[in-house]
Amino acid sequence: MSQTQITFANVSRFYGEVLGINNVSLSIPPGITSLVGPNGSGKTTLMNLMTGLIRPTQGEISVLGVAPDHPERLCRMVGYCAQFDAFPKGLTGHQFIYWFLRMHGMSHAECEEKTDAALERVNMTPAGNRQVGAYSKGMRQRIKLAQAIAHDPQVLVLDEPLNGLDPMARAETIALFRDWGAKGRYVIVSSHILHEVDQISDQVILLSQGYVVAEGQIQGVRSEVKEQPMQILVRCDNPGGLAARLFQDRHMVEAKISNDRKGLLLRTNDADSFYLLLNRVVLESGLEVESVAPADDDVNSVYQYLIGADGGAV
Amino acid sequence: MSPLWLRQIGAVLRLELKKTFFSKRGWWIYCLALGPVVITLLHWLFELRQGPEHHHTLGDDSTIFAALFLFFYLRATIFFGCMGIFSNLFRGEMLEKTLHYYFLTPMRRELLVAGKYLAGLAVALTLFVGSTAAAFLTLSRHFGPAWSDYLYHGPGLSQLGSYMLVAALGCVGYGAVFLMCGLLFRNPLIPAAVVFVWENLNPFLPDLLKKISIIFYLKSLCPVEVPVPPPFSVMVVESDPTPMWIAVPGLLAVAAILLIYSAISARQAEINYGE
Repeated sequence: MSQTQITFANVSRFYGEVLGINNVSLSIPPGITSLVGPNGSGKTTLMNLMTGLIRPTQGEISVLGVAPDHPERLCRMVGYCAQFDAFPKGLTGHQFIYWFLRMHGMSHAECEEKTDAALERVNMTPAGNRQVGAYSKGMRQRIKLAQAIAHDPQVLVLDEPLNGLDPMARAETIALFRDWGAKGRYVIVSSHILHEVDQISDQVILLSQGYVVAEGQIQGVRSEVKEQPMQILVRCDNPGGLAARLFQDRHMVEAKISNDRKGLLLRTNDADSFYLLLNRVVLESGLEVESVAPADDDVNSVYQYLIGADGGAV
Repeated sequence: MSPLWLRQIGAVLRLELKKTFFSKRGWWIYCLALGPVVITLLHWLFELRQGPEHHHTLGDDSTIFAALFLFFYLRATIFFGCMGIFSNLFRGEMLEKTLHYYFLTPMRRELLVAGKYLAGLAVALTLFVGSTAAAFLTLSRHFGPAWSDYLYHGPGLSQLGSYMLVAALGCVGYGAVFLMCGLLFRNPLIPAAVVFVWENLNPFLPDLLKKISIIFYLKSLCPVEVPVPPPFSVMVVESDPTPMWIAVPGLLAVAAILLIYSAISARQAEINYGE
């Protein structure tokens, strides 16, 4: 079992006869990893499995070398912000973080210090002494996040952490994930908001109906979707001339000139041969190219190609 | 600094006490504990108004308290009170969808069970042992100096000690039973009803079956025997009381076995809030 990765080896989980996830094998390296998939695709099951809240029906899971059925070791290095919007009754935000830190065995002074730091980190210091029951949805989301990060875990697992947050809090939370990921820690996020996932993820895991459809860096995942032609946007001074030359390549599927007559959106079945041809055309014709960029190697496009708009795997 | 496991149990204990000791949800448990005290208080006030010529004997009051203790405390107050306190320790968290916060702390689930049990026990002992003592001390106050003499120079204090011990053991035993029910059953009321029927059938069961209960041992430890009124007296199967040196460690051992089983169940428990 890897000491430096989170690994799933042939893991399946069934709820009675209902499939949670089936035969999942994957490795999650440090950085920000997003779990993407429609409702019921197995994202929460995967998160609950890696935090030990549920057990696999078969297969093995290791979180940095520790099996999740040893909470006394696992929960020192894992923080989980679960989807449940429920809190122990009668506690203030400060007490909520403080008392669960005490269960780590820390001293009063250490718990106070870490509680204050966690509240500060999610901008909840002024509301810390109010009852959690009186918090807004966004504040409850932030206090859960504070509780998950309070013990400074190596692995942070977050189930739909951006739900209910206003744009400002959302930006601050994303900054926190980035900061955490940049430190070489593990941030595993599930989200429906694909463009935000796209902004923050170092790698993605696409799930559908309990199966891992694709995993890895998003550009890598996109290049493996062979049946969908790659879209590439070229901005240049003569898009019409460029389109005529590029159609010599048999892999070219479609070309569209943008309304401002400066952009050319191309679809090709072979990106590598396209780039070679483009280089040759530019050299031979003296074309002035402003930019060349893939137009559909984002999570949203890959999600549409692999899972489809209706949520069923293609 | 104390060992890690002790600090962790202490943290659970204090959090649970903070959450549950004066919670609104448990108002009926406080009423249960207060009920016998109110009855004995009313009895005292009533006897004071009646005057000394209408008093029954101290022996009568002693038997009244023994009956009150057996039928009200053991069969109702402590039984249902412990059901309310202990079966909610885990089941309540599951209903409120907050158990995962505990499961996500780096503590052995066995310690979590121990911490929650001790918190429930602290509440139950305070309420029910306290209520027992208050009711005992109030019941016969109208006898004045005779009551003081009975208490300090007669069997009074020893009886009080026995009742408090039995109430405490009742909390220990029923607490362990209901904590386990709360962990193992989605609706702990069903096993609680089964236990209730079983415990109340105890006087009518054969000798061997009698011993598979908590009430049998508790009854053996009561200082004053309560005569069973007819027509039930015909159906009662007489049995020798268990000596104290067996009853006390026996009850503690049963509670320990139930707690160990609960700890094993907690170790294997998963978070499934039924969504």
